[in-house]
Amino acid sequence: MSVRQPDFDVVVIGGGPAGLSAATELRRLGVKKVMVIDRESEAGGIPRHCFHPGFGLRDLHRSMSGPRYGEELVRRARRAGVELALSTTVTDVSEVGRVSVTSRSGITQFDARSILLATGARERPRSARLVPGDRAPGVFTTGQLQQWVYLKKLAVGATALIVGAEHVSFSAMLTLRHAGVTTVALTTELDRHQSVALAPLFARMVVGVPVWTNQRVVEISGRGRVSSVLLQDVRTGATRRVNVDTVVFTGDWIPDQELARRLTMDINAGTSGPSTDLGGRTSLAPFYAAGNLVHPVETADVAALRARDIARHLAHDLDRGGRSNETALNVVVEKPLTWVWPNRIDHSSRTVNLAMRIGDFDSRKGLVLRQGGLILGRAKVGVVKANRSMSVQFTLRSGIDQDGGSLTVALEG
Amino acid sequence: MTLPNSPSTYDVAIVGAGVVGCALAREFARFEISTVVLERQGDVCEGTSKANTAILHTGFDCVPGTLEARLVREGYALLGQYAECAGIAVERTGAILAAWDDEQLAALPAIKEKAEKNGYLATRLMSVEEVRAREPHLGEGLLGGLEVPGESIICPWTTVLAFAKEAAMAGVAFRFNTELVSVARAHGEYVLSTSGGEVRAKWLINAAGLTSDRVDGLCHHQDFTVTPRRGELIVFDKLSRGLINTIILPVPNSRTKGVLVSPTVFGNVLLGPTADDIDDPLATATTSSGLERLKEAGRKIMPELLEEEVTATYAGLRAATEHQDYQIRMHEGENYVCVGGIRSTGLTSSLAVARYVVQLASQAGLELTARAHEPEIPVMAPIGEFQLRRFLDDAAIAENPDYGEIMCHCERVTRGEIVDACDGEIPATSIGGLRRRTRAMNGRCQGFYCGADVVSLLGELIPADPATLTGLSE
Repeated sequence: MSVRQPDFDVVVIGGGPAGLSAATELRRLGVKKVMVIDRESEAGGIPRHCFHPGFGLRDLHRSMSGPRYGEELVRRARRAGVELALSTTVTDVSEVGRVSVTSRSGITQFDARSILLATGARERPRSARLVPGDRAPGVFTTGQLQQWVYLKKLAVGATALIVGAEHVSFSAMLTLRHAGVTTVALTTELDRHQSVALAPLFARMVVGVPVWTNQRVVEISGRGRVSSVLLQDVRTGATRRVNVDTVVFTGDWIPDQELARRLTMDINAGTSGPSTDLGGRTSLAPFYAAGNLVHPVETADVAALRARDIARHLAHDLDRGGRSNETALNVVVEKPLTWVWPNRIDHSSRTVNLAMRIGDFDSRKGLVLRQGGLILGRAKVGVVKANRSMSVQFTLRSGIDQDGGSLTVALEG
Repeated sequence: MTLPNSPSTYDVAIVGAGVVGCALAREFARFEISTVVLERQGDVCEGTSKANTAILHTGFDCVPGTLEARLVREGYALLGQYAECAGIAVERTGAILAAWDDEQLAALPAIKEKAEKNGYLATRLMSVEEVRAREPHLGEGLLGGLEVPGESIICPWTTVLAFAKEAAMAGVAFRFNTELVSVARAHGEYVLSTSGGEVRAKWLINAAGLTSDRVDGLCHHQDFTVTPRRGELIVFDKLSRGLINTIILPVPNSRTKGVLVSPTVFGNVLLGPTADDIDDPLATATTSSGLERLKEAGRKIMPELLEEEVTATYAGLRAATEHQDYQIRMHEGENYVCVGGIRSTGLTSSLAVARYVVQLASQAGLELTARAHEPEIPVMAPIGEFQLRRFLDDAAIAENPDYGEIMCHCERVTRGEIVDACDGEIPATSIGGLRRRTRAMNGRCQGFYCGADVVSLLGELIPADPATLTGLSE
């Protein structure tokens, strides 16, 4: 039996902002053979169909539309010498790093020294949210709606209800406006919206769309086409029927974690993505993970910047011929926090940067990092907003006990 | 002008293109007669046949001595063989009736006896340890089980489509969007007024499923009433498939039939059905109470399943009647056969029902001469998770690169399969029809990634623009 030389140093699965940025960084750091595989005919990921500005602020230091941003990341990757395999689907990955793909040229296998999973996240569709009623056409997620309108220019409908009132929900509103659809309202089960302060004002004053809070979608009706949505007030139980032919479910992100799950690596209960440390190292040695697969979700530029960091750790590991003996400890959250990332940190850390999300608004403005009963550090935060990510730095006043078990982040005060 | 497929008077008109109507069409196609199928919806498999538990039943729990028991037993063997020839996905998973309380445990020996009365001898009582060894993810409180090794899972959509394709290739005419409005007789012929014009036929076969009692009424018979029984189901993400090996059946008791947990041939796990009697044969909406009841039942049977993502929910209606048995009646002298009350077992029994009905008609005077050649059984697209899917078939991709271009990523449906589904006999004409033929957009993202691409391609392949496909215009 001949020993096969790896075809690539790193195969990156997923050509969105995280995958492209990591691949480009790997090449810059001298990693020789890097390939990005993407199943779409163009790389760029979700930004390919986000036509609003604001992409690239933190990583490229300018504001671009999603498609422009995607193109720019592709251009940089190509210029850095990253190979791109497009319209190519990874159908299987073995634990030793063999990647099987299908494309129009057939079925191929590649061997890689390391594999970076960057498969991103998607919005939970209506069915996954168990919203009952008729299964009529006219029900979208934002992702589907944006491609429907901007990439395929298909007709949407006349009147729409948007389920959700976070960043992406307002983006869906703009897409509907572009398509000539009247949005009746954005609805949220929470008691206020979860976007930037001006978003609802803009929605009401400029687009003429109100935000209805404390509303749960309890039924969708219509045969042949959506005709109405039944909403229920979560405080009073009162219901009202809204006549629309279109419903857009926004937000409620879940990582596209199929490959990670099939590889039986540790999956984090909070993010539903692979559990990793700051370097993107999963529990399975040749595998790394980055982007919204590990933190659902951050904006594209944040995902890109974190992926660059992960690329540096990955290049370092490749240089040293493998990962060092790991002494990382798990980090977990207490409700109402929903997830924290990194999921593992090194016991020698003195300052700890953590990204996290919360499920509901909270008036407390303090966070605490504990190990067992011992408080390691505290941090102040501004208004704790639901469905928004926050980045928090803890300066530890006492060291992490290597044998002290997992760390917990919680709200306090 | 008379097209070969549309004589002025057909020998046989079948009302309904569900699994029973299509099986009948296929059976009649074996003879030198002209047959037409009238379907009020736009495609085959639009009613009960598309939304059920997709189990190929041995018939072990039928009421012994009934026609249903006989036809399910016969149909099980016939469909098993047919599926192999046509490449319809079937998995021989077996089933276990799981007992969760003393009453259920005590009922198992009687169910075993009943199975034996039905001629099914392979059931076996299992200790709780044996059941757990086979199904380690079952919940707490399990007391024992009864194994029914022959119970299997099947693709209900490909089954109906295969029957219809075979019939169509052999010359049977299918008329869609053709609702039966009234039935008259003139000169010994049926004159059928339909929403698509007048159709004449010498024989009339009622396979109208949920509306079979109404069609029976149009023929001046009132032998039964259909009470649609709504069954809601939850389909869990494929990542849950590893939790289960076998169909986990409930032990029925005097109060409830209970819900099952079953793998599907698409690699998902199914939980359901509920059973609620309703009035409206078109009311296929799911309900919050139904889904809540399923979650509660599922949490007891397999708690880890409820931790997984839900891919789809749906409701199907079974054509329940006030009778214990199928309502298959030959009305001698009228050249009319009513094939009603074919309940949830109809998928399994369909081929046997068809054979039985054709025999009845023949005995009652329908002249049947076998064709010189048996119709060819079509080879269906492999859409079962454990069949050789196109995206994994290097030879197929080499021949047609469209099989290497995956469009629906969750279900790994290729452009080639979508093109195929819109071509040939009984092509897809709607998004639902495409989903049933290919699985496109049936996966966990429900179109987040591929919806726009797939619908746009469908609009190019069939003569309907996307606005019509999505119900925005007629």
